[in-house]
Amino acid sequence: MSKVTAADLISGTNGPGVAKKDPIIVADGVTRQFGGLKAVDVDHLEIPRNAITALIGPNGAGKTTLFNLLTGFDKPNTGTWSFDGTNLAGIPSFKAARSGMVRTFQLTKSLGRLTVLENVLLGASDQKGERFWASFIPGIWREQENANREKALELLARFKLDAKKDDYAASLSGGQRKLLEMARALMSDPQLVMLDEPMAGVNPALTQSLLDHVLGLKEDGMTVLFVEHDMHMVRHISDWVVVMAEGKVVAEDVPEDIMKNQAVVDAYLGSHHDTDLGSITGQIEMEEALQAELAEERADADTEAATDKEQS
Amino acid sequence: MEILNAFFSAFVDSSSAAFALAAIGLGVHFGYGGLLNFGQAGFMAMGAYGFSIWTAVVAPTENWGWHPIASFLSAIVVGIIAASIYAFILGLPTLKLRGDYLAIVTIAAAEIVRFSVRTTELTPITGGSQGMTGASIKTDIQEINPLPSGQYGFWVFEAGAYDTWVRIIGWSLVAVAVVLVWALFRSPWGRVVKGIREDEDAVRSLGKNVFSYKMQVLVLGGVLGGLGGIMYILPRALQPDFFATPTTFYLWTALLLGGAATVFGPVIGAILFWALLNGVRSIIGVAHEYGFFFGLSSTQAAQLSFVFVGIALMVLVVFRPQGIFGNKKELSFNV
Repeated sequence: MSKVTAADLISGTNGPGVAKKDPIIVADGVTRQFGGLKAVDVDHLEIPRNAITALIGPNGAGKTTLFNLLTGFDKPNTGTWSFDGTNLAGIPSFKAARSGMVRTFQLTKSLGRLTVLENVLLGASDQKGERFWASFIPGIWREQENANREKALELLARFKLDAKKDDYAASLSGGQRKLLEMARALMSDPQLVMLDEPMAGVNPALTQSLLDHVLGLKEDGMTVLFVEHDMHMVRHISDWVVVMAEGKVVAEDVPEDIMKNQAVVDAYLGSHHDTDLGSITGQIEMEEALQAELAEERADADTEAATDKEQS
Repeated sequence: MEILNAFFSAFVDSSSAAFALAAIGLGVHFGYGGLLNFGQAGFMAMGAYGFSIWTAVVAPTENWGWHPIASFLSAIVVGIIAASIYAFILGLPTLKLRGDYLAIVTIAAAEIVRFSVRTTELTPITGGSQGMTGASIKTDIQEINPLPSGQYGFWVFEAGAYDTWVRIIGWSLVAVAVVLVWALFRSPWGRVVKGIREDEDAVRSLGKNVFSYKMQVLVLGGVLGGLGGIMYILPRALQPDFFATPTTFYLWTALLLGGAATVFGPVIGAILFWALLNGVRSIIGVAHEYGFFFGLSSTQAAQLSFVFVGIALMVLVVFRPQGIFGNKKELSFNV
């Protein structure tokens, strides 16, 4: 797979909020305030289509909150955003999902007392049998249900969960639940898959297969946006990286160059990471002043002692 | 004999059928939909009052010359509509909140309903605190009873023509409700509802209108509760105080006894609840005659049956939390 370069994705000079050649999400002036804290304050952000975009940033940067806002799980104070050209601001979450963007959650939400297969079947969209009156007449939905079942079994096989299809989802391990959640999200053939920390709590043995699955989504023509702390994963699979800090987008770039960006280094390590902390807080000056004072006192004491000696 | 009679008559009694209907409704709410409804008695009241007011006050047979069958069926429809509207109004503000709030609101709303129908000003319509006499609500159903008068059944199951007729209606409704619930919850609709019970945000993220599904569940369970209310008053009279919180808790007992997310659980649970309660009560009655509980009067001793049934329930919850029919893996008390 050829590596994507910055020039393939963006138009114009690079910087936070740079315009993309083919954006799937365009957000403008999105803010979300929690009391006195502005958790999200994004002026402009575009997510490139058919690419894997990583959203990174230190704890509390507002990544998950932005996720929640874009998917309708939280309401912003201000702002508009569109998905694939249609406005999504103020649209409830289930309608946002129907428009073709499916998300997963940081804390996996597998439906514990449903079987693995039922979990995946739930992901299918436009099911005729999900209407109240239609559900009484199996003739209406049987055919679609069988087709969905076949598709679900294929997805489960792809994620190597097919042996567990009749087990309750509650019996799966944390990593398997992540896979299940991904399989469920794919059931609706989304255009955009939004993964909130797909690697959190996944054991290293499963990491590689999860990475491959995420790469596979792109090959199937989907767009992926994910939040992640694991820089290894970010570097390994993403085409584009967006860095947030204190609610703002502070930098965007290809993964190879993002860590050289001064704003990113500042966001993660603080803007004074290469200077001595003492000189910022003034402790060095204080120390020096103290030393000087002490030296002075000592000198005074010495001269006093000397005069005493002379007098005696 | 007396004890056996008390115990076994619960298996055919229309009160068991009424409780089974309401418990099925509660099972739809809690067992399948995860909605904590602590005011099922309120839904029963709406059904019962809708039915009674239509039959006795609006009285289509007397006032408009309707055929009794039309009057009876329309009264049931009115009861269903009343329970649906009640569910809808209750759900609008609360279904967007988390589960526990629904519990608080339903228990309060059920009490509001009871106190409202008891108000003296409403006596011409609801009968106030006296309720309505059996005679005033039974006319239509007696009229359309196809059974000639006489005794039916055998042994402890023997009953008069009217009671047998009510039993037939009641258990038929239970059968219909069981089939209804079974059909619904093997379909994709039921899958969505069970998904909502597990985690509504997850279901929302898959593009399902969670609010709409919860509303459908609340109305469906409420309507079943309403039918239960109608069936409960048919063999006796309309008593406002029946629709108080203890009734809701009996229903919960019946539901948990049978198994919450099962089709037959609430039915068997309701039957066993009455069988045990009446059986224990009559055992205590006999024991009292032989001089046990010497300090207590017979009414006080009768109250002890609740204590014993309560202890039985506690034992059940501790040792078999999934109920008689429940699958332990699928459903423990996960509130």
